[in-house]
Amino acid sequence: MNEGLLPIIPGEAIPLSKIPHLHFYDFYNEVLAQMEDGAKVVQYFAFNDPVVDRKQLLLVLRKAGMGNRLLLALAYATNEYLAFSVHHKKFHLFERELYETEGIRPIGHPSLHPVRKQIELYPFYCIHGHEVHEVGVGPVHAGVIEPGHFRFSAVGERVHLLEIQLGYQHRGVEQLLLKSATSAWPMIIEGIAGDSAVSNALCWVQAMEALANISVSRELKIVRTLAVELERLSNHVGDLGALSNDVAFLPAAAYFGRMRGEFLNLLLLLSGNRFGKGLLVPGALRFELSSESADLIRAKIDEITPEIKSVGKLLFTTPSVQSRFERIGVLQVEQAQELGVVGITARASGIDYDVRVDYPRESYSELNLPIRTQKGGDVWGRAMVRFEEILDSLGAIKTLLGMLGRIESSFLQPSHSNAFANAFAPSSVIVTLNEGWRGELSHAAVTDGAGKIIRYKIKDPSFHNWNALAQVMRESEISDFPLCNKSFNLSYCGFDL
Amino acid sequence: MYKVLLNRYQQGQRTSKFPKEEIILPAIYRGRPQLSALEQLGETKKSTDECIKSCPFSALALDGKERPSLNLDMGKCVFCGECEKNSGGELVRFTNDFKMGADQRDKLIVTSASSTHSKKSTHGDSTNGNELNDFLQARSRELKKMFSRSLQLRQVSAGGCNACEADINVLNTPFFDLARFGIQIVASPRHADGLLVTGPVSKNMKEALLKSYHAVPAPKMVIAVGSCAIAGGPFHASDEVLGGVMQLLPVDLFIPGCPPHPLTTLFAILNYFGIL
Ligand code: SF4
Repeated sequence: MNEGLLPIIPGEAIPLSKIPHLHFYDFYNEVLAQMEDGAKVVQYFAFNDPVVDRKQLLLVLRKAGMGNRLLLALAYATNEYLAFSVHHKKFHLFERELYETEGIRPIGHPSLHPVRKQIELYPFYCIHGHEVHEVGVGPVHAGVIEPGHFRFSAVGERVHLLEIQLGYQHRGVEQLLLKSATSAWPMIIEGIAGDSAVSNALCWVQAMEALANISVSRELKIVRTLAVELERLSNHVGDLGALSNDVAFLPAAAYFGRMRGEFLNLLLLLSGNRFGKGLLVPGALRFELSSESADLIRAKIDEITPEIKSVGKLLFTTPSVQSRFERIGVLQVEQAQELGVVGITARASGIDYDVRVDYPRESYSELNLPIRTQKGGDVWGRAMVRFEEILDSLGAIKTLLGMLGRIESSFLQPSHSNAFANAFAPSSVIVTLNEGWRGELSHAAVTDGAGKIIRYKIKDPSFHNWNALAQVMRESEISDFPLCNKSFNLSYCGFDL
Repeated sequence: MYKVLLNRYQQGQRTSKFPKEEIILPAIYRGRPQLSALEQLGETKKSTDECIKSCPFSALALDGKERPSLNLDMGKCVFCGECEKNSGGELVRFTNDFKMGADQRDKLIVTSASSTHSKKSTHGDSTNGNELNDFLQARSRELKKMFSRSLQLRQVSAGGCNACEADINVLNTPFFDLARFGIQIVASPRHADGLLVTGPVSKNMKEALLKSYHAVPAPKMVIAVGSCAIAGGPFHASDEVLGGVMQLLPVDLFIPGCPPHPLTTLFAILNYFGIL
């Protein structure tokens, strides 16, 4: 049934020789069949295959009903082919990226606009008409946020089209990694997106551990899960505060804003850094979690849980907030399916997909978290999913601390350098998948015959979701944009790399 | 309305008394680095070299001909703590002191020679604070006259990873409450007295940053917040970034950290503009 596509478990290294190398024609038909069958794209990029010395396309799909398996395909790249995007919008940005970085032309692709490079030559869509006007916003915005350009074509207040131009944050991360010493990797990986430093580091350490065959203790997994959940809490709580601010409900904005800081302070207790930078290395934690710190975390969670509940109640029962959250920025479930969105955005549109439940790694299989969904696909839904996930994460942290029991310091690693003592598996592929707070985050690495990493690919959940934001703005009021944008809260730097 | 008032009562007063009252951060926080004098330790050349080499971002160096000293450049440093681990805290130690900042690039270099006398004092005490206060003496009076009651800053992220941006945003929350010092982060550079720049300055942001700078009326200040903005941080070796704000604009104030703790940013700004 999955002829030519190899079922893989995320986080397990696969020798390139075990993967069928497909001719493009077979690959193309197989992929179309899978997509018709409801598959979603996880990764799609090219690299120079050291085994056959040719450029290969690497595709990772996920599909319901395959347990914790993903589908992996390798195909000899062609210079051009009939774009998958013609039939499946899920490929839209992946194919644009391939065209930009590898020059592989997807024929019939609706817009091969720049993704990250040469953005000064960006060819915006233009709607002509007597009453149509354009509004350009950014890259420098009014608030303290990252740069991106939003071009609205509107008639009066009504938006016909929003085109989002990104790339301003491009720092060349993937290329930089390949030319950097391994000791520099942690800080670069954690700098991909500071608000997702722990999740990115987790994707990376899982990849390194699989390639270097490093085993991971249960305690280590627990602490890593704890750190990821603290990261989720700080961001979700911060987002609820920012959403309150955008509808001018200042009490909740102030309270959530402060509480966000409390979670960052807990991450600081774990790692010495408010964003959890410096905590993870392959096979180890760089800092000891003392029992005093664990007690402090437990006490803080106990203290803050009722506060969050009470402010949440205040927010969600205030009529002026309800009327601004409901039916604004609606992403219908069909649109969400079609675009292949992930994370909070998908769950708010009724799609029950959460990597923590569907592909559990670390301690997630022991946590039995529910998948929180909403039906409306509106700002309300995205706020509510966050709120429910906050309560779940607070509970999860208590459970994790309980699982940790008396703390052993045996899983401490004195230094980065030891973590790279083992050689990497040669000519292999590794794909890792984790639920960052925004959604499905994935890293992939390919090694050559000597075990050297020759391609490192990072895919932020925002890569799936930016187009959805553009879609929901169609026929919306232009003044609703800040609120919609905040409810998605996508990553600029994670996308731009 | 009743619910709002009730909630307000339950929340209570949360604003910190800083700077009137000191805040002590947890010992694990990696703040101002302290270097040990080499000869006192009787360190072998080999272990010092190893420590220097352990830094992935070349922030450590040996200096001084007859009396060798170890230097740590807080501008290049991303506070990963690798050197501290490598030397077992012997050569480099990160204190929990958040008070950092300098008005000149080379003042960000900490040397083992200069940190010897402050080694006696426990971190976070007044000795340390006074030393740091030196950095503003010269310009302070003039700046104080202009900005001490009202300072408007415009933030520009030029390739920042959102950690620096987030911890600047945090200054507006009730705990730090930036507004009580008369400082505001404003929406337009035309209303600003200066720019708070984050990120290594990606090539794609170069033009936008320049335009923002020119839109600020003179006299204008440029503040580089975070390792990236100071010298490129973890991205300094990438071809896609300029490697720090200094490559493009004159910088008046440097605030180190990856990202700087909100208290670091607050401390540096309050001191530099004479707002304390
Ligand atoms: S803490 Fe700073 S000086 Fe020490 S290794 Fe890390 S970057 Fe280098």
